[in-house]
Amino acid sequence: MKSAVLVFPGINRERDMARALKLVSGNDAAMVWHADTELPKGTDLVVVPGGFSYGDYLRCGAIAARAPVMDAVRKFAADGGLVLGVCNGFQILCESGLLPGVLMRNAGLKFICRDVHLRVERNDTPFTRGYQAGQVITVPVAHGEGNYEADEETLKRLEGEGRVLYRYCSPTGEVGEAHNINGAAASIAGIVSERGNVLGMMPHPENHVEDIMGSTDGRGLFAGLAEHLKKAA
Amino acid sequence: MKARVTVTLKNGILDPQGKAIEGALKSLGIDGVASVRQGKVFDIELGANADKAKAEAVLKDAADKLLANTVIENYRVEVLG
Repeated sequence: MKSAVLVFPGINRERDMARALKLVSGNDAAMVWHADTELPKGTDLVVVPGGFSYGDYLRCGAIAARAPVMDAVRKFAADGGLVLGVCNGFQILCESGLLPGVLMRNAGLKFICRDVHLRVERNDTPFTRGYQAGQVITVPVAHGEGNYEADEETLKRLEGEGRVLYRYCSPTGEVGEAHNINGAAASIAGIVSERGNVLGMMPHPENHVEDIMGSTDGRGLFAGLAEHLKKAA
Repeated sequence: MKARVTVTLKNGILDPQGKAIEGALKSLGIDGVASVRQGKVFDIELGANADKAKAEAVLKDAADKLLANTVIENYRVEVLG
């Protein structure tokens, strides 16, 4: 697995992400600066990490989405390459048009920083094959604007095409308003693009990959990606 | 040439920030406020030689590509002269 982690000014989770990728795949991730116009040759996974690119100026992710490197990412995704965006990375992917919808201010107005439960909706995708369908995993969130919204037609398409991969839920996997931490439409925590090769999610799987972190539930996502890419190679 | 782009949330889009401001106005005892929606204003200076039609086209392009997220926001362009 040859990963490239994008680095924008104000991003602060890129090292966590690189550490998780190395832990699971054994390979160092390339750190790619936002002003670069190309991805390293042979890249098979692009990761847009979390943080506060450009201080969340204008709208979260809006300025990063227009950075030079994003043209290369758009091309990479159009060719079927795998792209993972976490937290601010999800916001950037929505702003760049690689994913539909938008992440609004949390319904409760508060910044939420804690562990949450996620239900894995299906496991026949590169981003979820490390889990069982219906499995509940615990990973942390840290965001003020993670309330996923899209127009009704888009939401209907996302559901109809099985593109919601992760949903906020109770410890036993029930989905409902009581467990919907930020007010997201249909408790959506993570979605994929139409072709299924671009995932955006608000929670941070990279922060639950080692025992010392209190849980290794996030590992399955990276392990699944590594396995998928190994088979594809 | 000066111009202004005003970006507002579309109707029906929840605006928790507007709601919080509305609540704060009420707690200040400012009566008669039915509701608040928060938006953004961009004051933009254009090149001196720009004509009005061209300026409007430039601003529209800027709003579509960056200033507004048209999934949730509307915008209005004004060339102030």
